[in-house]
Amino acid sequence: MFEGGLYPYWIVIFLMMTGLYVVISRDNLVKKVIGLNIFQVSVIMFYVAMGKVRGGTAPIEAEGFTIYSNPLPHVLMLTAIVVGVATTALALSLVVRINEAYATIEEDEIRELEREEEA
Amino acid sequence: MTGGEADLITRVSDDLPALQIAVPLLSAAICLLVRRARAAWAVAMVVAWGSFASACVLLSRVLQSGTISYAEGGWRPPWGIELRIDLLNALVLLVVTGICAIVLTASPRSLDQEVWREHHHKFYALYLLCMTGLAGMTITGDAFNIFVFLEISSLSSYALIAQGTTRRALTSSLQYLVMGTIGGTFLLLGIGMIYMVTGTLNIADMAVQLAAVGPNRTVLVALACIGIGTGIKLAVFPLHIWLPNAYTYAPAIVTAFLAATATKVAYYVLVRFVFSVFGAPLAFGELRLDAVLMPLAIAAMFAGSFVAIFQDDIKRMLAYSSVAQIGYMVLGLSLASVSGLTGGLVHLFNHAIMKSGLFLVMAAVVLRMGSTRLDAFAGLGRRMPFTMAAFVVAGLSLIGVPLTVGFVSKWYLVVGAIEGGLWPVAVLILLSSLLALIYIWRVVEVAYFRQPPEDAPEVSEAPASLLVPIWVLAGATVFFGVFTSLSVGLASAAARMLFGVEL
Amino acid sequence: MTVETAVGLAVLWPLAGIGLIALFRRWPNVRETATLLTAGSLFAIVAKVILPAVMAGGRPRLDIIEVLPGLQLAFEVEPLGMLFALVASGLWIVTTLYSIGYMRGHHEENQTRFYICFALAISGAVGVAFAANVFTLFVFYEAITLSTYPLVTHHGTEAAKRAGRVYLGILMGTSVGFLLFALVWTYLAAGTTEFRPGGILAGQIDGWQLIVLLGLYAFGTGKAALMPFHRWLPAAMVAPTPVSALLHAVAVVKAGVFTVLKVLVYVFGIDLLASTDASRWLTWVAAFTIIAASIVALTKDNLKARLAYSTISQLSYIVLGGALATSAGVLGGGMHIAMHAVGKITLFFCAGAILVGAHKTEISEMDGLGRRMPFTFGAFLLGSLSVIGLPPMGGSWSKWYLMLGTVEAGQLTMMLVLMASSLLSIAYLMPVVVRGFFRPPTADGHDDQDGEDSPKIREAPLLCVMPPVLTGIGCVVLFFYADDIYRLLMGIVTP
Repeated sequence: MFEGGLYPYWIVIFLMMTGLYVVISRDNLVKKVIGLNIFQVSVIMFYVAMGKVRGGTAPIEAEGFTIYSNPLPHVLMLTAIVVGVATTALALSLVVRINEAYATIEEDEIRELEREEEA
Repeated sequence: MTGGEADLITRVSDDLPALQIAVPLLSAAICLLVRRARAAWAVAMVVAWGSFASACVLLSRVLQSGTISYAEGGWRPPWGIELRIDLLNALVLLVVTGICAIVLTASPRSLDQEVWREHHHKFYALYLLCMTGLAGMTITGDAFNIFVFLEISSLSSYALIAQGTTRRALTSSLQYLVMGTIGGTFLLLGIGMIYMVTGTLNIADMAVQLAAVGPNRTVLVALACIGIGTGIKLAVFPLHIWLPNAYTYAPAIVTAFLAATATKVAYYVLVRFVFSVFGAPLAFGELRLDAVLMPLAIAAMFAGSFVAIFQDDIKRMLAYSSVAQIGYMVLGLSLASVSGLTGGLVHLFNHAIMKSGLFLVMAAVVLRMGSTRLDAFAGLGRRMPFTMAAFVVAGLSLIGVPLTVGFVSKWYLVVGAIEGGLWPVAVLILLSSLLALIYIWRVVEVAYFRQPPEDAPEVSEAPASLLVPIWVLAGATVFFGVFTSLSVGLASAAARMLFGVEL
Repeated sequence: MTVETAVGLAVLWPLAGIGLIALFRRWPNVRETATLLTAGSLFAIVAKVILPAVMAGGRPRLDIIEVLPGLQLAFEVEPLGMLFALVASGLWIVTTLYSIGYMRGHHEENQTRFYICFALAISGAVGVAFAANVFTLFVFYEAITLSTYPLVTHHGTEAAKRAGRVYLGILMGTSVGFLLFALVWTYLAAGTTEFRPGGILAGQIDGWQLIVLLGLYAFGTGKAALMPFHRWLPAAMVAPTPVSALLHAVAVVKAGVFTVLKVLVYVFGIDLLASTDASRWLTWVAAFTIIAASIVALTKDNLKARLAYSTISQLSYIVLGGALATSAGVLGGGMHIAMHAVGKITLFFCAGAILVGAHKTEISEMDGLGRRMPFTFGAFLLGSLSVIGLPPMGGSWSKWYLMLGTVEAGQLTMMLVLMASSLLSIAYLMPVVVRGFFRPPTADGHDDQDGEDSPKIREAPLLCVMPPVLTGIGCVVLFFYADDIYRLLMGIVTP
């Protein structure tokens, strides 16, 4: 495990809260998606930090290296990144469709339109 | 049959767990390639019913010879990825594949109306992908795999919901996407923390290592993250806000499918983590999960039902009812006893049947009336007698009338509450089921005792392709309310297994 | 046919009738014949096959299926249930006859639905009567509630729907909120819900719990209309009169008091109740209901509403009989199920006949009607006397045993309550007869146009008048055959 204190984890927490805050506070749907991305990235960072061993090298067996980083979390994150990309792509395509349907991507305006629709 | 064929059959049937995931995944691609609506449907039907048959075989095998462990690619667990089927997920798999197959059978007519025909093959591809994800989540023995399959099922379900006819389907889908992604990411975070503590991703191995480590802050936070993550997907009150919109604006078929499967699998994941990974003593004794979940469950039971009473759109009403019913399942878990968990698991089974039946009724009503608003139901008791009769049967089951499945669930929950000395909870369970009476009866009254407007167009009964699946499900609510050995037998055996009580 | 199959058959028989009714829905005459045949043959099964076996001391039992571990769907016939089944199936015949006359005379809609739901309710009542355990009883109890709901809302008007909501709300509310709770509790405490002579709770739960459980059963059985859960009964008066007759005399309320009585005797056991005094409070609730409902009845001018409150009052006689926890009290209560059923159904038939024949619902408008409708008012007189409890009417016997019960229990206050109630019932029933026979016909209001010799006011059709006359005579006959009922019911207290 990383021995330089817990500061990578503080970064993770900071990123996570930033992402969550953006998702909650922004009305613009694209910004929301960006916030979601930041949020996901924080967890990817978390895994990467977890797998890193100080002084360790990439886990390729070679002369003179005895300490390796844990490759498993890093590999897992390849999948997580793919998932993140897919999610973002789907979200953005939905935003495009929403823009076509409502002629806006501001959530408060959309909500206003929906309320009118109901009334 | 030659020796070679017999050999092949044995080999194939040994590989059933893997096929359960691989076949729908590949068939989804085939659906995309055939491009013809009915042909794609035929492919999906074969795959869905095949999956159901295979789930039945797997279940019978688990009952005969105990837990099945399948090493993917031949790599031995805990290093390789394991598919692990025990009593618990065999039951869930049976429900998921069964509902998938039945709802799919009902889908063509309803889809013709709600989704452009050119898009049908994509729809079926997404449907099969979603099924892949759900089946994968259910049978995998690897924690990270759960996340991957969760995202497969979630991404396809966002796309499915967005197929709804109104533009609100798009916003609902995005809302679900945002919340669902947050949920999935929390789950990933929680799994990461357990990995930090235990160094393994295999669920069975995690349990062994965690028991050795005991409770510490990382474990507590991991449980919290997993609780939030599955809680969002499961729509535990107050994380349910995506659900009513998503269920209301999705095509009726998608609602029937998701309401009966997606939340159920999320519940399974929660149960799996709480009991198989953390273990009941740790989760309830040290980390007091029950103290968090029980108030939320009770709040869901009342808030969901209460809001449902005031809905004018019946599809939305049923969606809120789902929030309440999920409350019952979570309550069963939080009772932390064999009877309680049996109630929760049996309700998973029962609610899947009732709700998919009710939402298929909604599909039939949309097909004939073009709307699911309460006014549209006026006089339907006479105009669509078989459809509405099914609504009444499934509705009575939701209320918990004896000899229906709803009674069986409620019975175990009440018994569990009283056994645990929680008398007020028992009273609340019974009171909340009276709220179901109110919202179901509003519809019944309009359907049977209100005359349709004078200028109402002629309406005929729903087509047989919808009516048969509806009545299979409505009949099942009664059948499994009387012959309970399958559902209750499995649920209580699974609950005892999870609590480590001797069978 | 063995007795055991007959028991199962008796529950299924009305359902078979439903098939016939639905099949012949386009031919009213065939449909009604089918109903009548079903009712007649059901009574034959109950009276000719099952009754002799029970009289001989048999307790035919039929296990259907074990729904959940320890929860059996099963039937077992004992004297009290036997009596209830006899009453329900016997009065179904008369009510069917009456319904034919009434529904046609009154040009009601949806008659097929009416007959189907009616048959369902009877099936439920027989199921309740023969239930071998609380669970089975609960199942059929709910079946009765659900199958009678469309009958209450039969007219589909706003008022009918509102009444339906009250009906379903109170009956379902109490049964799910209290009765189901009591069922679970009993199951957990005693490990079984079987009805057994002497009860199953002795030694299982103690003092205050016994009282609370009894309360859950007594109030959970909303059909017994114990105050304050009686509102559904007057509300349900919007239904067609045959339905009111069914509700009040045949299936619904009797299923309620039957449940209470059966639970008192076979779940708690009268010995347990007598030794712990757990049911003392229930006698007071019953006494309050008896008196209060009688007083309310006095204030009602609408005949059906008055009869409804009279029913509420009379039902509590039966609850009181059980709550006294003496053998005479239970006998009296059980007997009152039959006696009150026959008496009250007569009164309701008459109320319906007056509505069909004279289009009157208010008592104050009934002056002089008796002269034009002598049979109807004659039957009303017989029924009234039986409900009041005067000889030579069947009702006098049940009241007699209830009185004995109060003496046995040493509760003389309750004896006073019964006496006071008899006086009150004279006060609310006799004016109808007196007005009908002795007051000159009024000539006010819209009656002006009709004139003295209005052709509008005459006896209702034969099928409307014959049933009340029959049941009225039945009240007298029961006075002389009370001994048979007594011997049947003795099986409860001396197994």
